[in-house]
Amino acid sequence: MKQKQEVLKLDQLCVHFPVRGGVFRRAVGSCRAVDGVSLSITRGQTFGLVGESGCGKSTLAKSIVGLVTPTSGSIFFQGNQIKSKLLTAEYRKSVQMVFQDPVESLNARMTVGAILEEPLIIHRLCRKDERSKRVAKLLDQVGLPESAAKRYPFEFSGGQRQRIGVARALALEPELLVLDEPVSALDVSVQSQVLNLLMDLQAQLGLTYFLIAHDLAVVRHISDVIAVMYLGKIVEIGAATDIYANPKHAYTKALLSSIPIPDPSVKKKRILIPGDVPSPINPPQGCAFGNRMNAPDYPKSIEQELKMEKVGVGHWVLACPCCVHM
Amino acid sequence: MRHKENSQTLLQVRDLSVSFTTDEGEVEALDHVSFDVAQGEILGLVGESGCGKSVSAFSVMRLLPRPMGRITNGQILLESQDLLTLTTEEMRKVRGNEIGMIFQEPMNALNPVKKIGDQIAEVFLLHQDVSPRQASDLAVGMLAEVGIPDPANRALEYPHQLSGGMRQRVVIAMALACKPKLIIADEPTTALDVTVQAQILDLLQNLQRKNGSSVLLITHDLGVIAENCDQVCVMYAGRIVERASTQALFENPIHAYTRGLLASIPRMDGVPKNKLTTIPGIVPALSQLVQGCRFAQRSGRPHPASTLQCRPPFKEVTSGHWVEACPVCTKI
Ligand SMILES: Nc1ncnc2c1ncn2[C@@H]1O[C@H](COP(=O)(O)OP(=O)(O)OP(=O)(O)O)[C@@H](O)[C@H]1O
Ligand SMILES: Nc1ncnc2c1ncn2[C@@H]1O[C@H](COP(=O)(O)OP(=O)(O)OP(=O)(O)O)[C@@H](O)[C@H]1O
Ligand code: SF4
Ligand SMILES: [Mg+2]
Ligand SMILES: [Mg+2]
Repeated sequence: MKQKQEVLKLDQLCVHFPVRGGVFRRAVGSCRAVDGVSLSITRGQTFGLVGESGCGKSTLAKSIVGLVTPTSGSIFFQGNQIKSKLLTAEYRKSVQMVFQDPVESLNARMTVGAILEEPLIIHRLCRKDERSKRVAKLLDQVGLPESAAKRYPFEFSGGQRQRIGVARALALEPELLVLDEPVSALDVSVQSQVLNLLMDLQAQLGLTYFLIAHDLAVVRHISDVIAVMYLGKIVEIGAATDIYANPKHAYTKALLSSIPIPDPSVKKKRILIPGDVPSPINPPQGCAFGNRMNAPDYPKSIEQELKMEKVGVGHWVLACPCCVHM
Repeated sequence: MRHKENSQTLLQVRDLSVSFTTDEGEVEALDHVSFDVAQGEILGLVGESGCGKSVSAFSVMRLLPRPMGRITNGQILLESQDLLTLTTEEMRKVRGNEIGMIFQEPMNALNPVKKIGDQIAEVFLLHQDVSPRQASDLAVGMLAEVGIPDPANRALEYPHQLSGGMRQRVVIAMALACKPKLIIADEPTTALDVTVQAQILDLLQNLQRKNGSSVLLITHDLGVIAENCDQVCVMYAGRIVERASTQALFENPIHAYTRGLLASIPRMDGVPKNKLTTIPGIVPALSQLVQGCRFAQRSGRPHPASTLQCRPPFKEVTSGHWVEACPVCTKI
């Protein structure tokens, strides 16, 4: 049996944005968008990331592909540490991102063929006379006809544009695809088409996915491992089956209970989370979720350092006295 | 969710057709759409993007964009009053007073340069015989009712100072200020997180029950339908293809489109990584609609020419369960 190979590892990654204010636009605070995230992704797996709006998911994704520079912490790719300011061509090729909005992320004035050829040219990947063959193969892989190469993005539907986005990411034969809300803008019938495509490609090409989605049923369906993020921190991480069947952190439980179930015969107990998603600018001390829930044990969380603790095989939880009762 | 026997009908939409003038000529966005909302009931309108949900809502409020959008046929009866025969002035009194509206993007409903308390007070001033002083007190009361902490001070804030969830609460406060008989909520939680969505839908249900009002709830989320609605209409390409009680629709969907929709959502209790059922293709463009069964191309089943030429009849299959009875699409 092949050893499980680690593709990506993050160690205590932080991305803090300066918050400017006053007349002189001086830094008056910092926005802790990503605040000490550690995780590891195995080859061929789908790693799902969930959490409320503004909790730092996209920032984390962008720091992996080099679109934002981490403030501290390290990124390892296949065992080698990555310098975010000086990404190697190899890394740029191996890690590709697919965005939520296929329209915004595709250059409207280029034909689909030109969009798919561009990365091949930049990375000098294949000879000029072979490029159109490669483009045809990419289109075929994502289920679009060869004739699509001559058309423009606006001529396609949302689902088809997302296929083009995936094809472009695949052009460089990457190892890891970072997918930020790839199906959120799509109707359910088309969403399932794109999810099936992603699962097929993974099986064929052995791709590794880092997937962000706010639809928890979507994440559950295609992920092997799931991390739950709250205000810049991962509060729980584990095999998808464990997270859904046996959540440990109060936030994971509340989040799962908020999902509307498309079955009127299911009557479930909903845990209503009061208040709003908090701001990562000057976050509360101690456990941020305990603070929002007014948990009786919240004061205790200020007094101690919160650490990830193991609760099962590959299942870890941010052990805080107010949100986790073991 | 309750089920009432013989409850009275509050809103009746009858054979509503709406056309738009576009660069490509005249297109029909709604084709003889009919539905009822009973007193005290929540009716869900579900379907994919572009199928005509918002156009239905705007028609009831008579807020279609002019001059492009026109109602070409039908009646909209609120109690027994046909809204389509009212003057602009009369209709203005109906909006906000008898029909309250909540939209997906709360910022569109709010004036960015006016304090939220004043915006709610205006609704009272417009529809009720109250003094400005009383109106602002009532506004603060409404803010408290929709669960905004410290309402007296919050009333003095501007929309941009509030989070998305808070803004939607303010819009709900405005919509419900005059205890309207009918609330039209067009994707009220689509822009919000699931956690905040749960709060907002909970609030809406509580207020609806308290006031005994009816709700037309538009969404593309079948989960939201299952948890909040008494009755459901499934729309496709400008028509209602199926209508039933929520229970019946989920237990026994008849139209191939309804079944396709239900089958394509990943389930929380499904087998992970299984291939998902899909509906091939996409919703047809308005300029390419046929008279007959509009789901034909995507149904994956051969349709005889006859089913494409004339509109299948809307039939009651079991009591209260209606379906557009295309013989191919309703064959199970
Ligand atoms: N370039 C930036 N400068 C300053 N603050 C930023 C920047 N990018 C993101 N932020 C802040 O960082 C926090 C996390 O944002 P991020 O976009 O990562 O959230 P998210 O989890 O992806 O949310 P969503 O689900 O809404 O996409 C937010 O408070 C956001 O305002
Ligand atoms: N002002 C307009 N001019 C031309 N066509 C319009 C106009 N407004 C709506 N339409 C068309 O009418 C049809 C129905 O639109 P509607 O907004 O009701 O869809 P919807 O079901 O609410 O979709 P969504 O889920 O995306 O909100 C669409 O095909 C749309 O393109
Ligand atoms: S079966 Fe009858 S209603 Fe249906 S398409 Fe044929 S002729 Fe029309
Ligand atoms: Mg994001
Ligand atoms: Mg709409």
